[in-house]
Amino acid sequence: MTTFEYELPNPQTEDVKTVFGQQDLIRRSASTIEPPARQLTPMAKLIDVSKCIGCKACQAACLEWNDKRAPVGENVGTYTIPPDLSPQMFTLMRFTEWINPETDNLEWLIRKDGCMHCADPGCLKACPAPGAIVQYSNGIVDFDHERCIGCGYCVAGCPFNIPRISKTDHRAYKCTLCSDRMAIGQGPACAKSCPTHAIVFGTKAEMTEHAETRIKDLKSRGYQNAGLYDPPGVGGTHVMYVLQHADKPEIYADLPNNPVISPVVNLWKGAAKYAGLAAMAGMVAFGVLHRFVEGPNRVTPKDEEEAKQLTEDPRS
Amino acid sequence: MTNSWTDIKNTDLAIIMGGNAAEAHPCGFKWVTEAKANRGARLIVVDPRYTRSAAVADYYAPIRQGTDIAFLLGLINWLMANNKVQWEYVKSFTNAPYLVQEGFGYQDGLFTGYDEVKRDYDRSTWNYELGPDGYVISDETLEHPRCVWSLLKQHVAQYTPELVSRITGTPKDKFLKVCEMVGECSAPDKTMTSMYALGWTQHSKGSQNIRTMAMIQLILGNIGVRGGGMNALRGHSNIQGLTDMGLMSNLLPGYLTLPFETEPTFEKYMSTRGYKPLRPDQTSYWQNYKSFFVSFQKSMWGAAATAENDWSYDWLPKLDVAYDIIRAFNLMFEGKVNGYVCQGFNPLLAFPNRAKCTAALSKLKFLVTIDPLQTETSRFWENHGPHNDVDTASIQTEVFQLPSTCFAEDDGSLTNSGRWLQWHWAASTPPGEAQRDTWILGQLFTRIRDLYRQEGGAFPDPIVNLNWSYEDPDYPTADELAKEINGSALEDLTDPADATKVTLAKGKQVPSFAALRDDGKTACGCWIYSGCFTEAGNQMARRDNADPDDTGIYSKWTWSWPVNRRILYNRASADVKGDPWDRTRKLLWWEGSKWTGFDVPDIAPTAKPGVVGPFIMNEEGTGRLFVRGMMRDGPFPVHYEPFEAPIANLIAPKIRGNPASRVFKYDWEQFGDVAEFPYVATSYRLTEHFHYWTKHAQINASLQPEFFVEIGEELAKEKNIPNGSWVRVWSKRGSVEAVALVTKRIRPMLCDGKVQHVIGMPLHWGFIGETKKGYGPNSLTPVVGDANSETPEFKAWLVNVEPITGPTPVA
Repeated sequence: MTTFEYELPNPQTEDVKTVFGQQDLIRRSASTIEPPARQLTPMAKLIDVSKCIGCKACQAACLEWNDKRAPVGENVGTYTIPPDLSPQMFTLMRFTEWINPETDNLEWLIRKDGCMHCADPGCLKACPAPGAIVQYSNGIVDFDHERCIGCGYCVAGCPFNIPRISKTDHRAYKCTLCSDRMAIGQGPACAKSCPTHAIVFGTKAEMTEHAETRIKDLKSRGYQNAGLYDPPGVGGTHVMYVLQHADKPEIYADLPNNPVISPVVNLWKGAAKYAGLAAMAGMVAFGVLHRFVEGPNRVTPKDEEEAKQLTEDPRS
Repeated sequence: MTNSWTDIKNTDLAIIMGGNAAEAHPCGFKWVTEAKANRGARLIVVDPRYTRSAAVADYYAPIRQGTDIAFLLGLINWLMANNKVQWEYVKSFTNAPYLVQEGFGYQDGLFTGYDEVKRDYDRSTWNYELGPDGYVISDETLEHPRCVWSLLKQHVAQYTPELVSRITGTPKDKFLKVCEMVGECSAPDKTMTSMYALGWTQHSKGSQNIRTMAMIQLILGNIGVRGGGMNALRGHSNIQGLTDMGLMSNLLPGYLTLPFETEPTFEKYMSTRGYKPLRPDQTSYWQNYKSFFVSFQKSMWGAAATAENDWSYDWLPKLDVAYDIIRAFNLMFEGKVNGYVCQGFNPLLAFPNRAKCTAALSKLKFLVTIDPLQTETSRFWENHGPHNDVDTASIQTEVFQLPSTCFAEDDGSLTNSGRWLQWHWAASTPPGEAQRDTWILGQLFTRIRDLYRQEGGAFPDPIVNLNWSYEDPDYPTADELAKEINGSALEDLTDPADATKVTLAKGKQVPSFAALRDDGKTACGCWIYSGCFTEAGNQMARRDNADPDDTGIYSKWTWSWPVNRRILYNRASADVKGDPWDRTRKLLWWEGSKWTGFDVPDIAPTAKPGVVGPFIMNEEGTGRLFVRGMMRDGPFPVHYEPFEAPIANLIAPKIRGNPASRVFKYDWEQFGDVAEFPYVATSYRLTEHFHYWTKHAQINASLQPEFFVEIGEELAKEKNIPNGSWVRVWSKRGSVEAVALVTKRIRPMLCDGKVQHVIGMPLHWGFIGETKKGYGPNSLTPVVGDANSETPEFKAWLVNVEPITGPTPVA
């Protein structure tokens, strides 16, 4: 008799050599790169909504690992707190109270929202800043904040409405799939913290296989439309859901039924992008001119005060 | 827990009623997830609210809070009527066949012997019929009209599905569906686990809530088996340890009891603690009471406790009444208490009727708080605007705040719900001036002892003679205390058959409580913990997670009381002949000459099957469907409404609340009625917080920042309360302001033909910490406790609600 439906080894605690890095990039925003010499095994996080108890351990672990703090806000009449993703909060449990029209029973649908790590990432395609968004051959789509120009195009390019722009440093933030943990052979912090194994992590093939056993179990419990959410419109994702009602993902706090990259982004990928880049180059030229004509910008105490107010991190 | 957290993975059906495991015990709840994934187990949740547990349940049924006994007695009635009974188990392992004496009776909600003035029973008729040999008379056919089974059948007959639905508000079809799912577990190879917590204990009939489900588990044959049991999910990491160590006003460690003043001598005390077997050949393990008690006294007073002075029996306090928390605060409120040492407790948020609590604390001369965190209690005198609107100048109480340490700053053991004593090591040094509790108490004790030594005093003997043989008297270590709790030989112990043969040399740790003696040759601080720190070392520090055959027993991981037994009553996992009920879930079995299996047998290893019953702590050797005089409020459970109820008790309209609950006059006058307070309220915890602690932690505060109340959409519409707007909720005792969270998860119920709305109130806010300031449900709840344990009724009371434009501004 097996003990676990899916054996997850304990995470390693000793440092291991970096298992992937720059040499494994398959895409780099606003750049062309050489195809990598090797193909890493595609990895995936599987979120089983039917096992999720909405405890928010994943949110707490995410804040802890990324050393972020969300402000102590207000309760506006929901368990979804903070009320939205933010530059601090990369993942969010979205709670939906849904009456199943077939049974007239209430179902409390709790979906852990966050970056889906699309195989065909709209954010990366929309990004005009060279190297600000990268994609590794294991499936991770990561942001390089040093290169981010804060234009917000990634937000418009994302079919899942995930990235958020910081009002403090004007850079885009989202879940990294804990690329820094993965780089040393560990799984994402959220998966490690999940008490019910609603979040599991492994190769995409393993996760897909595991999802099948879960779907079978759900069907035995009367969820005839249970299924895997791995939407083909974005080439599949490296964060997948098991849904009790996979035929209507929209009931899970507006999870898109058939997400695709906006046609505007695809247009941007074409000729318009170069026009845009030219405009941006113009901005850089203006900045240089400004420096020579007006002198460097000085930070006044008033600027400091305003910056402080904008800083949402209560510890700073 | 009779079983353990890890054992829950073995179940076929988990029923969460009187608790919300996914919400309040998310890490333990993983074992339900395992059972679902591995065994295809089903999960039922019965709760007034559709909870986080309900979100992952296979079946949810609503229930009006405080009506669980009606639901469960109705379930027993259904099981009996539909032959969903594990007959061999019931006939052999319970007291179903025993005859109850003539003169016992029940009518209109009351048993024989009730005294309305005293609100108490003369329990002498609640007894068995004994034969001339002193043993209880048994009718194996279960047909005698006075056998327990017949009386139970008669007692539950009135709880029909229709009446259950009228009382509880649970729709009849949902009640019957739960009955059917539970009834399947009467098969010998099907088990159900009952997971409950404060949703059952915090009622004026809390003990009987639990007892009713325990009776169901006996009828289904689910006690002592893998995946079964009565599993109390404890609310703190060491609250099991608290009760085990006797930190109740009427207990000594290991569930020994403090004497009453009617027991002035040791002889008199022991005369009612003989525990003579009530059936032939039964173990009745409490017959060893004297060994446990004398060893405890030796642990307390060492050489000063002698046979001549009755092991210092005179030095134990003798109770006139039980000094439970409700009585203690009432005495404080009446100005009869000078000082209060409050260690690891925040009564200003945790004790009912906060206004009374504040008034009581204000009458003290001094208050000492020992806590790792700033507590509202230690600042009860400080004005925090509407959130603690006191007149500081008028409060003369002197408060001493002694900062102590958190668990991660100290060595020691925590006893979890499954009775596992898990040793932990300090991971961090205490911050600032914080000191470990043992240091604080050590310093207090040696100073007090010095004063008694120098000045005498009214009764210095128990203090100056106390055994305090720690290397540093000012700072006992965790190891020293654990060894003392385990117990040791004070002299060479010899073989009873051969006095020259030393079985345990003087000074050695005893291997288990079996070695304890009633002649003063052993000392033991807590007999049930004996075996935790032996000559083989600290058993609680073991960390081998081997689990042969995937039983979930983990017998080498830490140490479990008693004697490292993981499932209590485990002999009942096998049939009368000793064969496991379920061969795929074997636990213990008879192997020709002895019991063997995966767990430590809960029976003498060579006790032949069919002779000694599995419930060795009971004089009968069997589980009790009928209990003799041990429960204050009845040998069978009865449905009683909460003291503040929206409808009259349908089975006994004249009875308010539990007729055996003690209520002080002031508190009775503070009860509200449905005419003024038409809604039923309940209190609960949320996953984002741990009691009143994590409001001090920024991340927890950010994930659940502000006090709110939950209101169903129907009531919100009726009262014109939009989601996220502000409301005032008040009871006879107080008023709070909160954000209204309007939800589909609380729906009105139909109780006795009347639409009943429920208001939910989580409890994690106060006026100190990182969260927004808020209130606790205890501002509103009534002061009345369970008739047996005095646990306050936090789960069911009456309120009113109205929309307000916003919170009262802080001046």
